[in-house]
Amino acid sequence: MENSLSREDGRNARRELNRRRIAAFALVIPLLVFIFFAFVAPIATILYRSVYNPVVSDLIPETLAALDAAEWDRADVPPDDVLNVFSAELSLLAQERLSGRLAEEINRAIPGMSSVVRSTSRAVRRMEQDTLLSEGGQTLLDANDRWGDVAVWRALQDAGAPYTEDYYLTALDLQRAEDGGIEARDGARIYVTLYTKTLRIALIITILTLILGYPLAYFLANAPSKSANMLMVFVLLPFWTSLLVRTTAWIALLQTNGVVNSFLMSIGVINEPMEILYTQTATILAMTHILLPFMILPLYSVMKGIDPSYLRAAMSMGGRPIPAFVRIYLPMTLPGLSAGALLVFIISVGYYITPALVGGTDGQMISNIIAFHMRESNNWELAAALGSLLLAIILLLYWVYDRFVGAGNIKLG
Amino acid sequence: MPSEAEHAFLQFDQVKKSYDQKTLVVKGFDLDVDRGEFITLLGPSGSGKSTVLMMLAGFEGVTSGDIRVENKSITRTAPYKRNIGMVFQNYALFPHMTIAENLAYPLQVRKMAKPDVKDRVNEYLRLIEMPEFGGRYPGQLSGGQRQRVALARALIFEPSLILMDEPLGALDKKLREQMQYEITRLHEQLGFTVIYVTHDQTEALSMSSRIAVFNDGVVQQCAAPAELYERPKNAFVADFIGENNFIPGTVSAIDGAEAKVAIPGGEIIAVAGDGLVVGQKCVVSVRPEKLFIQPTSHAYDNEVTAAHVTHHYVGDFIRYYFRFADGTEINLKVLNDLAAPNFSAGQEGKLAWLKKDCIAFPA
Repeated sequence: MENSLSREDGRNARRELNRRRIAAFALVIPLLVFIFFAFVAPIATILYRSVYNPVVSDLIPETLAALDAAEWDRADVPPDDVLNVFSAELSLLAQERLSGRLAEEINRAIPGMSSVVRSTSRAVRRMEQDTLLSEGGQTLLDANDRWGDVAVWRALQDAGAPYTEDYYLTALDLQRAEDGGIEARDGARIYVTLYTKTLRIALIITILTLILGYPLAYFLANAPSKSANMLMVFVLLPFWTSLLVRTTAWIALLQTNGVVNSFLMSIGVINEPMEILYTQTATILAMTHILLPFMILPLYSVMKGIDPSYLRAAMSMGGRPIPAFVRIYLPMTLPGLSAGALLVFIISVGYYITPALVGGTDGQMISNIIAFHMRESNNWELAAALGSLLLAIILLLYWVYDRFVGAGNIKLG
Repeated sequence: MPSEAEHAFLQFDQVKKSYDQKTLVVKGFDLDVDRGEFITLLGPSGSGKSTVLMMLAGFEGVTSGDIRVENKSITRTAPYKRNIGMVFQNYALFPHMTIAENLAYPLQVRKMAKPDVKDRVNEYLRLIEMPEFGGRYPGQLSGGQRQRVALARALIFEPSLILMDEPLGALDKKLREQMQYEITRLHEQLGFTVIYVTHDQTEALSMSSRIAVFNDGVVQQCAAPAELYERPKNAFVADFIGENNFIPGTVSAIDGAEAKVAIPGGEIIAVAGDGLVVGQKCVVSVRPEKLFIQPTSHAYDNEVTAAHVTHHYVGDFIRYYFRFADGTEINLKVLNDLAAPNFSAGQEGKLAWLKKDCIAFPA
């Protein structure tokens, strides 16, 4: 008999394989659709939003076109016809009650410009378009002399670019210099400091959960199954209570007249209550508690699979318990250890609710500032840039981890 | 095997073990082992044999009694100070270390100089005939190769005592036989003392110098393989080791070491087991290969009549099933040669055997 397939056989085999592939694919279609709309699309939108800001270019397209047409050199106030076009557009915006949006956008670049734009728009609102197109420039300068400031026009042109890397610069505490280069922004380095702090807090939490979780996971994995199951319930208990309730419980514990302070005072360790709540310590404490199961579970499942005979073998060969543990057992738990550490670290880097509730100003993390920009300062683009940077940092850390430890080592269960 | 010294190399003295503070898993284990012996602890699962091994290795505490090596008690010695090599059923090769690193581990913890470690590792790799495997990881080896490495790793630090806990349990039949040969070869070549735990009696019979048969936490009999097979001390050992027929009967007379027993197919003479009394109900054990169908050229003392039920063609032999008048079944093995008789169902036949080949145990 020949070993190779005839053409007919090959066709049948391929058809069979394709049918199976299609069936397998059909099974995951609902999930793929869900993931696309619930995950891929929003992330893509956020990434896009962080570089794409069409607000100004939509509001004053004619002015921006006129600036380009005049080949403005950014050194001096633009020619009169550009100012005329701008005044006409501002008048239209004022009539459509959109001048406020423009004011907000320019104000972001040059603080104080909001009121200038608003008052000028009131001045040009009732004027004829034709009049403005011929002599509106002078009206602008009459309304407020800041329109004679070249910086305002530079800001206007910069804000008018629909694609911009400015938000990333801001997120990294940088800014465009006058000459078009990049320089450090004056004042405090808000965001870089916050990123560093976030990563440091996440690292501390990871280490704490490791210190607390490793011995417990070891104990659970080696306990008789009856008591291990019972204790596992206690490990999982935090999962079953609402995150908000758990965090609030920490408030009750840590506040000035809370359980911790009263106890320490009653046994005489301290004389006056410590300020724990609304500090970084509170954030670290509460998050360590909340994230502990994420460390224990992968560790437990890996340790459960390690036969006790490995340690016994090491001891029978003369290895003392602790060196044998470090040399034999620890490397074998590495998959669970790295999975747990990665899980806890990544979750805590992006954590929001606990720092928001117990962290105060000192215990805020990067997510809190992202939320601030989305909810209060209404600067979605900056929020998107901050979020994208966070994603990039995590991907970078994962890459580093993969280089040195190997992602194939991760074992969740 | 009497030792010339006053005390045996390894002594178990009334060792008892309880896990739950209520029942004993091992009930008073006594055993003297001489240097170089190959002792097998054989028994069904849950009989306490593994517990004895774990106590000897130091992974389980001794509830009462004493274990001595060279007359020094090791009962309270930490496992890593006992200098006892151990081979585990799952091999317990460290998966994150290469074969050479695995073998080097016991030498490194003994702080042996690096070049010496290297030499010794190479020597033992040659000993197990795997010299080119040092750089591989355990996951890349076959079951038999892993077993050989595990053996080498237990031997490499030259312990005087090697424990093996069902080391061949995970291997297929052919590999198991090879490994049995391998272990026996190394045992003879290096002369270490082995305590071997298994539930496989063929393994026990072919490798051991002595076998301790465990049941219910007690050693039923400890003897050399041939004695265990030919002269089982009680019905449990007779049943557990090899195949046996058990024929119920009544003791009609005892004459020294011999007993006259009335069984359904007639009256026979058997070796009297311990504690046999006249008039008592008993069971007579006789092995299938010791039975012959008349007419036979073999010598015989006992002859009984039974009806043929069926026979199974096995290959090298044929197994015949007979039934006595009271319904007791008995089977026998006949070599597959020209003498193998033909029987039809229900046909009566005469079965014969020597009196020394059957033992009457109290029922």
